[in-house]
Amino acid sequence: MSNDTSPHEQAARHDPVYDRLAAEPEFLELRRRYRGFVIPATAVFLAWYLLYVALSTWASDFMAHRLFGNINVALVFGLLQFVTTFGIAYLYSRFSNARLDPLATTLNEDYETYMTSKDGR
Amino acid sequence: MDTQILTTVLFLSVVALTIGITVKASRSTSGTADFYAGGRSFSPLQNGLAIGGDYMSAASFLGITGIIALSGYDGFLYSIGFLVAWLVALLLVAEMLRNSGRFTMADQLAFRMRRKPVRLAAASSTVVVSIFYLLAQMVGAGTLVALLLGVESQAIKNIVIFGVGALMIFYVTVGGMKGTTYVQIVKAILLMTGSALIVVLVLAQFDFNLSTLLGAAADNSGKGQAFLEPGLKYGADLTSKLDFVSLGLALVLGTAGLPHILIRFYTVPTARDARKSVLWAIGLIGTFYLFTLVLGFGAAALLDTSTLDASGNLAAPRLAEAVGGGAGSTGGAILLALIAAVAFATILAVVAGLTLTSAASVAHDVYNNVIRKGEATEAEEIKVTRLAAGGIGLVAILLAIPAQSLNIAFLVALAFAVAASANLPTIMMNIFWRRFNTRGALFSIYGGLLSAVGLVFFSPTVSGTETSLITGMDFAWFPLNNPGLVSIPLGFLFGVIGTLSAREPAAEDRYTELEVRALTGAGSEKAISH
Repeated sequence: MSNDTSPHEQAARHDPVYDRLAAEPEFLELRRRYRGFVIPATAVFLAWYLLYVALSTWASDFMAHRLFGNINVALVFGLLQFVTTFGIAYLYSRFSNARLDPLATTLNEDYETYMTSKDGR
Repeated sequence: MDTQILTTVLFLSVVALTIGITVKASRSTSGTADFYAGGRSFSPLQNGLAIGGDYMSAASFLGITGIIALSGYDGFLYSIGFLVAWLVALLLVAEMLRNSGRFTMADQLAFRMRRKPVRLAAASSTVVVSIFYLLAQMVGAGTLVALLLGVESQAIKNIVIFGVGALMIFYVTVGGMKGTTYVQIVKAILLMTGSALIVVLVLAQFDFNLSTLLGAAADNSGKGQAFLEPGLKYGADLTSKLDFVSLGLALVLGTAGLPHILIRFYTVPTARDARKSVLWAIGLIGTFYLFTLVLGFGAAALLDTSTLDASGNLAAPRLAEAVGGGAGSTGGAILLALIAAVAFATILAVVAGLTLTSAASVAHDVYNNVIRKGEATEAEEIKVTRLAAGGIGLVAILLAIPAQSLNIAFLVALAFAVAASANLPTIMMNIFWRRFNTRGALFSIYGGLLSAVGLVFFSPTVSGTETSLITGMDFAWFPLNNPGLVSIPLGFLFGVIGTLSAREPAAEDRYTELEVRALTGAGSEKAISH
């Protein structure tokens, strides 16, 4: 592969401030927290959803079991998917407000300060 | 006849209202950030409503209600897939994209890859997905309006398709993202209040007891308890079961790769607002899909469903008529006309979003960044967007008119499958994998796109059965109608193979900025204050 990239071929190499920010302990902590939440959460809701799809497809007797009146397991299971979706969305919102946003704000302020001082020079 | 006049008047009111909004919005639109992203100044609630307005298509409102009314519980499975999908958007896509891009899906790739090829690839999949989706909505609009007005004339259907096409071109060229967003907000409010009203009226007939409603639906459907259980529609054999799993996968992974949804994340000031707007959207969309459960089973309980059309699209409007006092009553006529107008507003808002997204991608990615090498002025870029919106609108009209005779219900599922197989793998790998590079992106976009479209081409949807698009020929060797089960893993696999077969140190190096920006917002595009 050739390396003679014209100026328009690829975006300019980024400002060194990003290398500095990427090495900050706050950034490493932010990335650790973000991945620590979203990766398990995604695995859980995808597995939970696929379990629902699989049960609906292959476990019809179980899903047809009536709990009370005309309410059967399938309906409750389906409604639980709504509950978990709302629940995970709420938990993520609380988590990111408390644990992600403060770090992101600090790092973003570092960036703004740097850019202002650079422009001022 | 009175109903027809009333329906027509309400339709025209919806049209007049949306035109008024668009003209008003055009007065405060100047540069590209305004035109594509509404100045990035919408509030989270406004954007949440607009996302709902963009997402809840006539296929959801009329289609899911219809499937539940005809096939019972199996229709509910769609609602769940369409909702759970929003967690992918919330956790993995919305904030990252807002922080790292400007207007289109390609921006975030062009950050670190060779711009020209990745922009062309991203623009291709954007336009393909949008056209599939657009066609389905426009053909639906023609059929729907003709059914609702009680006319069976082909000329009327063609006029409706042409009218919808002309309106969407108008919204986009005149109002840009601001106009489109307000149309979507109005539609979301109309859809939510309209369906909430019908839900309350339905539940009132059953003393607000869900179990009684379900019992009545099961009895009236003639299928008994099986109507309330999964398997009526998708339980026949292993192939149809796998087909269902494949559909479920495409629904849950496709939403966060739909270009007209992605572009909405750019319309708010910060990533935090993008997150809040997705939270609003989840609340709104979740509530709406709970409504469809009551509407669908309500229609099954209160209507003679054997008189509905085969797809059940008329279940929701007929149900409105029934709970308003029945056919011939004033209340029935008013509610029928109201729900018909809501359905029409729904179609208009969705097609406007699709047209804007694909036109923006043609102008921003292809014209400005590939043809003009990033040197076009904002005014030139907007001019090209308007032209592209006209062109795409015209193509959609010209394709939609002959497509009416085909069964195009598969187009929406295909759009989701392409979004899940081509767009989502690329977005994910770009954000989470430093090693990912230009060749990987091209492989995953084109590979995912071609696998999804190709597998559908060789599926029973296109040939080999009585209901196929092409009858009399059989070249279907792929047994499933929904390609997702195979094409989504292929999209990821192609991306990995492409990436590992080339080294691109520049792309790996620039990942640092992408990741810092995506997580912290440092250097992200600011909102415009007028």
